Amino acid sequence: MLGKLSWSDIPIDVPILVGTFAGAAIAGLAVLGLITYYGKWGYLWKEWFTSVDHKRLGVMYIVLALVALFRGFADAIMMRSQLALAYAGNPGYLPPHHYDQIFSAHGTIMIFFMAMAFMTGLMNVVVPLQIGARDVAFPFLNSLSFWMTTISFVLINISLFIGEFSQCGWLAYPPLSEQQFSPGVGVDYYIWAVQLSGVGTLLTGVNFFTTIVKMRAPGMTYMKMPVFTWTIFCTTVLIMVAFPILTVALALLGLDRYLGMHFFTNDAGGNQMLYLNVIWAWGHPEVYILVLPAFGAFSEITQTFSRKPLFGYNTMVYATCSIMVLSLVVWLHHFFTMGAGANVNAFFGIMTMIIAIPTGVKIFNWLFTMYKGRVEFHATMYWVIGFMITFTIGGMTGVMLAIPAADFVLHNSLFVIAHFHNVIIGGVYFGYVAAMNFWFPKAFGFKLNEAWGKRAFWFWFVGFYFAFMPLYVLGFEGMTRRMNHYDNPEWYPWLLVAEFGAVLIALGIVCQLTQLYVSIRDRNLAENRDLTGDPWNARTLEWSTSSPPPFYNFAVVPTVHDLDAFAHDKEAGIDTRSAGGHYQPIHMPKNTSAGFFVGLFSLILGFAAIWWIWWLAAIGLIGIIATVIARSSNNDIDYYVPVSEVARIENEHTRNLQAAQAAE
Amino acid sequence: MAHDMTADAAHAHDEHHESPVVFGFWLYLMTDCIIFGTLFAVFAVMRNQFAGGPTGKDIFELNGVGIETALLLLSSITYGFGMISAHRNKLGALRGWLGVTFILGLGFLFMEIREFSHMVAEGNGPDRSAFLSAFFTLVGTHGLHVTCGLLWMAVLIVQTGGKTVLTERMTNKLTCLSLFWHFLDIVWICVFTFVYLMSVI
Repeated sequence: MLGKLSWSDIPIDVPILVGTFAGAAIAGLAVLGLITYYGKWGYLWKEWFTSVDHKRLGVMYIVLALVALFRGFADAIMMRSQLALAYAGNPGYLPPHHYDQIFSAHGTIMIFFMAMAFMTGLMNVVVPLQIGARDVAFPFLNSLSFWMTTISFVLINISLFIGEFSQCGWLAYPPLSEQQFSPGVGVDYYIWAVQLSGVGTLLTGVNFFTTIVKMRAPGMTYMKMPVFTWTIFCTTVLIMVAFPILTVALALLGLDRYLGMHFFTNDAGGNQMLYLNVIWAWGHPEVYILVLPAFGAFSEITQTFSRKPLFGYNTMVYATCSIMVLSLVVWLHHFFTMGAGANVNAFFGIMTMIIAIPTGVKIFNWLFTMYKGRVEFHATMYWVIGFMITFTIGGMTGVMLAIPAADFVLHNSLFVIAHFHNVIIGGVYFGYVAAMNFWFPKAFGFKLNEAWGKRAFWFWFVGFYFAFMPLYVLGFEGMTRRMNHYDNPEWYPWLLVAEFGAVLIALGIVCQLTQLYVSIRDRNLAENRDLTGDPWNARTLEWSTSSPPPFYNFAVVPTVHDLDAFAHDKEAGIDTRSAGGHYQPIHMPKNTSAGFFVGLFSLILGFAAIWWIWWLAAIGLIGIIATVIARSSNNDIDYYVPVSEVARIENEHTRNLQAAQAAE
Repeated sequence: MAHDMTADAAHAHDEHHESPVVFGFWLYLMTDCIIFGTLFAVFAVMRNQFAGGPTGKDIFELNGVGIETALLLLSSITYGFGMISAHRNKLGALRGWLGVTFILGLGFLFMEIREFSHMVAEGNGPDRSAFLSAFFTLVGTHGLHVTCGLLWMAVLIVQTGGKTVLTERMTNKLTCLSLFWHFLDIVWICVFTFVYLMSVI
């Protein structure tokens, strides 16, 4: 009846998990209780859970990303603490069985549910506004994507308390991840969580590519598109090319595990290296899927706070496109040691080094944008400058790893860990936090507190160097990754330093939370409110509408005359916003719960399939199909916003604008 | 994205974007194409990994596969006739052609399942060797797509029932399924060539 599931799968003998469960249960009940106490369930359901508004979905994605960040970081600091203890005969506090799950969960969660969700959230909030569109091309699919991502994160967290998580690293290399060596449900949790969230990501890719191609405001040719939109454009291309490959890789691993096939097994003709090729053919583009939007955000922020247009817009676009193409032909550098031969390794090594060229172009463009600009050292700019320094170091160690001969020495060592955290924290995470600080007033109508933003930056920045520079040294000293305990006295002090860095980063996260708290508390102070919709005197269209924007974004679809359309309009004194009060009815999609229910049934399907509860899996599958058919048969999916409603909302914003101008 | 009757009537007031549905679906098909491309690549790697088991030459029966191919190709033509009827707003003929397409697709699926169950019954299932794993997965993925296509077709036959005129949303759905169905045909031609013919030669 319950497949493989039994009482012994509940880990009540592991105190850490029981404590975590108690904490999560108490916090969860507190949140649910508060929502019930304030009677907000109806509001949440109607305005958020069933919303198809890209701005709200974007906010929910970022909330999800922050929750994932806490989970992923808790894993990280547990690992660092284990290694600060488990020296010279001391086993530490995490037995290998548990420790292996933690490093697997850390990587999986940070990439798929922190970084991907954060990136998708940012593109949701910004891109339609930036191209002058009223929504995305497929609002319902957008909601569906969000729920697929969310339920996958729920599924991965269920593994904490029911059963176990994968112990095979964040990419679950076979043959270790095969049934023969991992007979538990851990790898199945991994496969289903990543697979289901992949559906959401793929739909997001299709959705935003279509949005950017088909829904740009009149006059916005490709070379007048803001850089952030350009980077999202390239990212969606990479998503559409790469994610199907991930789907196949995980499906084949799943078939090996569920149906006893022989793709990657040791016997009957299986080939593990095939898995490595396929998964990295997705995995390398994936890191550019993450970092390109961060590059876009840095470009917008740098030009805004340097008070001049971006230096070398064209080269920035070409560099982004080159990186997009090159990222597809470098995957083999993740396993130079496979033994593909000198020529193959040389090809992939050279292609990898070539990526440094367009990336260098970008760094110089940002530097030249700041050069002779009137740089305002806003908290957002701190993250940008911290990024430029950190990412350049990470890029250089990347070029070192791209040399096959050097890689043979460094492969699988902590040097690799230091390198990719160097580029992912220094590039991706710094970029997303900068973007969150930058676009927060657009989404909510008030600014984030700057003092706490700067404190968060300094803790993160300094903490990063303390946490990861020692790992480079440890890599040179021969310490391999994923090690549970050790007895080399030379490593010990460096691991203590790394632990200290992790504590600093923890303080950085505390500062970020405080920043959110203080900003929400002080949201109504005059200096924090954003009544104009343009708090930074910025250059692109999203700042031409109110903050937060009305649900239809633009009462009048703007006409674009130049790159940086809003800056052009401001200089030329053109008011495209109100069109003299002549509004027209606006066609908008209706909210729908279909995305939520497809997600819910997918969660049931995934959970049931993990535990081989086939009747429940059938219910999940039938539920998904029935919901999709019901949605397809529903013709009541859109409506018109009447002119009077548009005029009411716009007049209110006009009054705010005039009040703000009078106050200056 | 989609338009019901009232929305269509009000379109005179709206700056009318061409619906992005077909474009978006075409993009989705390209991602599906990458799934099949990867599966073909996997098959290419695995095609000689017999692990002492049977080769393609031993177990493939080209006669049955030939009939399957004929059924699927024919169903593409009948779907095309259906779309011609749809553009002429002859809904009865449209449903008739969709019905014929459905039966042909079902016939294809029936033969494929029979082929698979034969092979499994003889001990040549997907767990026999890497070659057979790759074969069953590639051909089975195509079969799964055909199944989804048939389900979708059945839904559209029901949804067009009792209507006298096709809405833009309905036409878009029919066009998307049309793209999907022809795409499966193209994939099958590759399967027939690279999996069956090249294994038997």
